[in-house]
Amino acid sequence: MAAPTNEISVAITVNGVVTEHEVEARTLLVHYLREVVGLTGTNIGCDSTSCGACTVLLDGESVKSCTVLAAQADGGAVTTIEGLADGDALHPMQAAFREHHGLQCGYCTPGMVMAAVSLAEEALAGDGGTLDEAAVREGLEGNLCRCTGYQNIVAAVVAGSVDMAGARR
Amino acid sequence: MIPAAFAYARAESLDEAIALLAEHGDDAKVLAGGHSLLPLMKLRLATPSVLVDVGRIPDLAYVRDGGDHVAVGGLTRHHDVEHDALLREHVPLMAAAAGEVGDPQVRHRGTLGGTLAHGDPASDLPAVVLALRGDIVVRGSKGERVIGADDFFVDFLETALTPDEIITEVRLPKTGDAGWAFQKFNRRAQDWAIVGVAAVGGSQPGVALVNMGSTPVRAHAVEAARRDGASGVEAAARAADGTEPPSDLNATSDYRRHLARVLVGRALDTVDTVANPGGAR
Repeated sequence: MAAPTNEISVAITVNGVVTEHEVEARTLLVHYLREVVGLTGTNIGCDSTSCGACTVLLDGESVKSCTVLAAQADGGAVTTIEGLADGDALHPMQAAFREHHGLQCGYCTPGMVMAAVSLAEEALAGDGGTLDEAAVREGLEGNLCRCTGYQNIVAAVVAGSVDMAGARR
Repeated sequence: MIPAAFAYARAESLDEAIALLAEHGDDAKVLAGGHSLLPLMKLRLATPSVLVDVGRIPDLAYVRDGGDHVAVGGLTRHHDVEHDALLREHVPLMAAAAGEVGDPQVRHRGTLGGTLAHGDPASDLPAVVLALRGDIVVRGSKGERVIGADDFFVDFLETALTPDEIITEVRLPKTGDAGWAFQKFNRRAQDWAIVGVAAVGGSQPGVALVNMGSTPVRAHAVEAARRDGASGVEAAARAADGTEPPSDLNATSDYRRHLARVLVGRALDTVDTVANPGGAR
């Protein structure tokens, strides 16, 4: 039986690269990404599971990385905003945010994009469909934009969802 | 915000988890999805010295047909409860309510066993299990026992679980064609309910309230009125009877009592007019 320890070693695949570190057991995934791995694209907003700024994909699904221990992601695969683009080619959801100006100050944007990618992927996996405006407004309930720039964010996610479906055909 | 330091152990089996909990007693807490526990730990409202991570224990996340009930494994995530075909057909109230918990990110991590073990009166699914008269199967060092929902929620964040017990399964009676409704009133989409109502019709009508006391509570007076043949409107007037709702930033006790009557009225209206409204969703 494994004895409880304050320090643990984790191996987490981040954006396709295996990272292995000894960390305190209390290390949150967002701190692991920002301070241990050095990827600061994932923002900390409310730090209380509300605002969604810290959203990343864990094994393909959106999670709030301020409320996941690095220990819980051990052995898993994390995708952050830095891992979406293919070289200089933006991911369709990123491109849609640029095209539709789906940001104002930009602080919520990494989390918005990651939540949107997860939402669109689930729609594709479910019935192969794309997201309409109602589905986006409902599906982004866990992400706050304090600039209140929701109109363009919603337009961007609808378009990005269509583009992601198009890229699969 | 960083939790206070703790020692972490990942249990590879249920037996190992129970042994760890038995060894560390009250100092240990069970970590499943962590979406109730970690926020408390970050605020230092909970400072367990040992976390026993049960999240990787195999075969505790499932939805199975149990004949007269649907059995849901303790580690089943809200997202999977929400989308499960068996639950949507036979216990649509549970599937619909799971889709109202938090937001998509929270539903990707939070588990049914976790939310019941946490026993927060403001959480949605404890009231749903109460309304459905579900059974909670737990395992500890003294073996397995089955606890009815009415006996499970003891006080604020306190359940009938002993420190070395883990929820392994939740059994939800099938509700057939009975009407059902879940009402949740909040100010922002992802918030906890200021007041919520889970209701199901049929031969065993069940009505339970979210955030109307120190535990999720059964609306006994409403259920009694329904059994006596009262209309939805008449029964709803009794919704706050016997409750002691909290007063806080969001609402006074009186406002909560008012909300309970209004929301139970809406819920019973749906129960009475739409049989199995979500079954085909």
